[in-house]
Amino acid sequence: MKTDDLITMLSSGPDVALAARPARATALPLLGALIASALLMLAILGVRPDLGLALTWPAFWLKLVFSLALAGAGGLAVKRLGAPGAGTRFLPLLIAGPVLALWAVAAVALWLAAPEWRSDLFWGKTWRYCPLLIAVLSLPLLVAALHILRGHAPTRLRLAGAAAGFAAGATAAVVYCLHCPEMSPVFVGSWYVLGMLIPTALGALLGPRALAW
Amino acid sequence: MRRIEEVDHLRTTELRLHALFLQGRDGDDLAYRRFLTSTATHLRAFLRRRLSRWPDEVEDLVQEALLAIHNQRLSYDTAVPLTAWVYTIARYKLIDWLRRHARRDSLHDALDEVDEGEHALFSSAEAEAGDARRDLAKMLGLLPDKQRDAIVHTKLDGLSTREAAALLQMSESAVKVSVHRGMKTLATILRGSP
Repeated sequence: MKTDDLITMLSSGPDVALAARPARATALPLLGALIASALLMLAILGVRPDLGLALTWPAFWLKLVFSLALAGAGGLAVKRLGAPGAGTRFLPLLIAGPVLALWAVAAVALWLAAPEWRSDLFWGKTWRYCPLLIAVLSLPLLVAALHILRGHAPTRLRLAGAAAGFAAGATAAVVYCLHCPEMSPVFVGSWYVLGMLIPTALGALLGPRALAW
Repeated sequence: MRRIEEVDHLRTTELRLHALFLQGRDGDDLAYRRFLTSTATHLRAFLRRRLSRWPDEVEDLVQEALLAIHNQRLSYDTAVPLTAWVYTIARYKLIDWLRRHARRDSLHDALDEVDEGEHALFSSAEAEAGDARRDLAKMLGLLPDKQRDAIVHTKLDGLSTREAAALLQMSESAVKVSVHRGMKTLATILRGSP
């Protein structure tokens, strides 16, 4: 095949003109996965019984805003890593920001707490399954994130896969907030983060195969 | 001094290609053709330097990169220089090819210079095409019927979408979808062929 012939073929026909990507290509899979993740949470865990009361506690909002901020940062990372040549240098900072901020709050909480309470702040009552549950809730979101990325053009596949996993993990943490009985920032800063890192690792593992084009 | 000239050259290239690319995206065949032809010369020079051990592969990879650029146009974010976008795709296709065909040490050899970024791609051009070993007709033959027919009628025989739709007894939007899917399938076939 002559390259000129290929160029002739590429530059004729109905696919020369290009419409913008419809918003639903991103919105639908995302919404579907969010619903699946929420249903999964309701089915296996259920909303915490005192959610109404929890809404009035700053500790609850800290947890929620922390997860939301990381979900946003992860989503932006996915978007940037799916656009060839787009700047990504600020992304580590954007992800580290909320984590460091929460760790600062956690450090203050530990410092203020009576010594015998400190280990409780860290372990809580649910450390054994919190990270695993966040990872489970993130699975539909990871599938959706990888699917959305496949519609874009990631060139660093492992990193893009990791970003998809991280965004999924952080979004799953938002969903998990509605169930989670823990209120300590020390707990959130460790076990939530671990829960987000499991799908991140999974995404990094899957990226090179799932995202190649 | 040389650096300044290079930057100037890159900026001129950027402006020209960017304009052609956008015109193409709005449906201007001729502008899009000029964009692809010009991009192909840069890709060829870039890949010829890096695939000096596999000269026979250069043109195949030029074509694979062109098709990738065509299929991924939606991923172009207008806030980014177009040259950076093209360079990133070319580099991705090069690395992808080397991973599948070459040993690890030669991968490093071939990528030694890439730190120059898009300068490395757009500082040189090579208009004279080598021979690609693939045969377009054979490649098209591997497509599902619907996709192949839609591509052949609208992109090779020069029928309008409406004419092709009437001939294939499909809706116009089904023709467009088939063309689009066919080009994606073609890219997969190109990537998978030896």
